[in-house]
Amino acid sequence: MNNSVVINLQQIKKFYDMGGAEEVHALCGVSLQIHKNEYVAIMGPSGSGKSTLMNIIGCLDTPTSGLYEFNGVNVSEMNDNQLAKVRNKEIGFVFQTFNLLARSNALHNVELPLIYGGVSSSDRKRLAREALEQVGLGDRQNHKPNELSGGQRQRVAIARALVNKPSILLADEPTGNLDSKTGDEIMILFEELHRLGNTIILVTHEEYIAEHAHRIIRIRDGVVESDENVTNRKIINATVS
Amino acid sequence: MYFIFEIKEGLLIAFRAIRANKMRSVLTTLGIVIGIVSVTLMATAIEGVNRAFEKSASAFGSKVLYIQKFPWVSGEDWWKYRNRKDLKVEFADYVTRQATLVDAVAPAVSTVKDARYGSRSVLNAWITGTTHAYQEASGTTIQEGRFFSQEESDGGRPVCGIGANVAEKLFPSVDPIGQTIKVGGYPYRVLTVFEKQGGLFGAFTSDNRIYVPIKSFMTQFGSHRDVTLNVRVAKNADIEDAKEELRGIMRKVRQLKPAQEDDFNINEQDLLTRVFGAITGIIAGVGFFITGLSLFVGGIGIMNIMYVSVTERTKEIGVRKAIGARRRTILFQFLVEAAIICLIGGIIGLMISYPLSLIADQVLPTAMPLSVVFIALLVSLLVGVVSGFLPAYRAAKMDPVDALRYE
Repeated sequence: MNNSVVINLQQIKKFYDMGGAEEVHALCGVSLQIHKNEYVAIMGPSGSGKSTLMNIIGCLDTPTSGLYEFNGVNVSEMNDNQLAKVRNKEIGFVFQTFNLLARSNALHNVELPLIYGGVSSSDRKRLAREALEQVGLGDRQNHKPNELSGGQRQRVAIARALVNKPSILLADEPTGNLDSKTGDEIMILFEELHRLGNTIILVTHEEYIAEHAHRIIRIRDGVVESDENVTNRKIINATVS
Repeated sequence: MYFIFEIKEGLLIAFRAIRANKMRSVLTTLGIVIGIVSVTLMATAIEGVNRAFEKSASAFGSKVLYIQKFPWVSGEDWWKYRNRKDLKVEFADYVTRQATLVDAVAPAVSTVKDARYGSRSVLNAWITGTTHAYQEASGTTIQEGRFFSQEESDGGRPVCGIGANVAEKLFPSVDPIGQTIKVGGYPYRVLTVFEKQGGLFGAFTSDNRIYVPIKSFMTQFGSHRDVTLNVRVAKNADIEDAKEELRGIMRKVRQLKPAQEDDFNINEQDLLTRVFGAITGIIAGVGFFITGLSLFVGGIGIMNIMYVSVTERTKEIGVRKAIGARRRTILFQFLVEAAIICLIGGIIGLMISYPLSLIADQVLPTAMPLSVVFIALLVSLLVGVVSGFLPAYRAAKMDPVDALRYE
C-alpha cells in the first residue's frame, strides 16, 4: 500500500502562447512518479518551470501534452469542475503567503474546503476543530488571521490543507515568509505529518528547506535535471509543541 | 443539499463583504433606494389616479346612457357636431313610449347662473332643468328630502333639488329643506339635497348643481337649448341591446334615411373609462420608463462596484478555486452579494416610499398596493442578479493560476 503511485507524470509538456509565432516552453517533457507517503522537494531557480510543474501537479493547470495520472485516474484531460473536485478532495495547498480569508476566523477558514465538498455543518465543525488541534491551534479557533502570528497563520493554512484528508500536501515555499525559527517549527510540523502517513511535496528554492525531504527533484529549463534521494537528511527530532 | 450550502455560504460572504465596505455599500445601495422609491411612488400615484377615476366615473352610473348632440370622446371635426340639429325635450316622451329596454328617460338642459340665499351665494352654479324622471334616470342618491313629482315637473313649479356642495355653501347652519333660494333671480323652494358624489368630474356630478323643473327652466332661462336625454337601461337588459334600440328610435325621430349617418351620439361611462384607461396607460408607460431609468442607473452602480469588488478579491477567488470552489460556486457568491445589496436597497426604498404614499393619500385616494411591494422587492432582486451577472461571470471564469499570482 505504501508503495502505490499517487502521482504519475509522463512526458508532460507545457507551452505558453505569447501571441504570434512565439511560444514559451515552460516544461519540455517531464516524467516522474511520486509514491504514497513520500516526502519530496521540487527545486529549481526561477524560470526553471518549477512553478508550472507545481501548478500542474496541483491540478490548477493542465498540461499542453503528456499524461498525468492521479491515483491512477487521468486528470490531464479533465474539465474545470472535475479539476475543482480533485483539488478539493485530493490536494491540500499550503502557500507562501498563507492565503487565508482575512475576514473569516481560523475555524471558518479551515471549514472552507469542507463547505465546497458539501460536508454537513456539524461534521464540518468537528473536522475543522480536529485539524486545528492537529496543528496545535485548538485554542485559536475564533481568531481572525490578523490576530495570529505568521507561524500560526501558516498552521491554520496547513490545517485547512489537511482537513479533507487529501492524498498529497502541496506546499509552495511554506517558510518563505517566516523567520528561520518559525520556519523550523513549520518544518517540524511537516516532519510529523509525514510520519503520520501524509504524502508531502515541497516546492522551494532553499537548499536548507529541501534537505528536510527524502527525495529532491531538481528542475532546470523545463526538464528534470536530477532526481535523487537525500543521503544526509536533516532530521528534526523535536515534536510539535 | 449542496445548493443550500452555497446559498448559506454566499449569504455569509455577502454580509461580511458588505460590512467590510460600509460606506461603499451605502452609496451603492443609495442608487437602488432612489430607484425603488421613484418607481413605487409612480406605481402608487397611478393606482391612486385610477382609483379616483373609478370613483368619479361611477357618478355617471354604469347603466346610464346619455343621448346627446356631441360625442364625449372624438378626434373629429367639432363643426360637424356643432351643425347638427339640437335635440328636443319632446324626444324624451317619445323615447319613453317607444323603448322597451329602458326604465326611465329624463331630458336635461343646463346653464350657469348665480344662486343666492340671504347674504350667501354660489356664483356660476350649474342649473339643470329636468323632469321628475331624472332621479331614477341618473341614479343619484338623495341625502335629504324628496325629488320633485310629475305634477310639480309638468306644472313648472318653483321647486328645486340642490347638490351637496351647493347645500354646504348656501346653508352652512340651516336645514335647506323648505327654504327658498334665488336662482338667476327667480325664487325656488328647496325640496332635495343630494348625497355628495365627489371625484374628478366636479362640474358633471350633482355636487355643484341645482335641479329645477324643465318647464320653468325653459320659461325663465330660455328655451333654445340643446337637450341631453338621460336614459336608465332596464335592470335585465343588455346595455348594447338598449343602445341599438335607442339608436333606431332616435333615427326615426330624426327621420334619417338609411344612407344617412346618425346626427346624435349615445354616450356612456364606459367610453370615458376606456379613454381614461388609454391616457393613464400612456402616463404609466412614460412614468415607469423615466423612473425605471433611475433604477437602471442604480443597477449600473451595482455593476460597477461589483467589478471593483471582483478585482479587489482576485486573490481570494484564486484561493477559493485552489481549495475546490467550482465556477458555479464563485458565480453564485458574487450574484448573491449583488442581489443582497439590491434587496437591502429595495427594502429601504419601500420603507421610505410607504410613508410618502400615506402622505399622497391626502390628495389622491391611494395606498401602496401589496402587489407593488412584492414587485418592488422582486425587481430589486432582479436588478441585483442582472447587474451582478457580468462581474460574477468574470470572477467565475478566472484562471486559478493567474488569480493566485495576482497582487
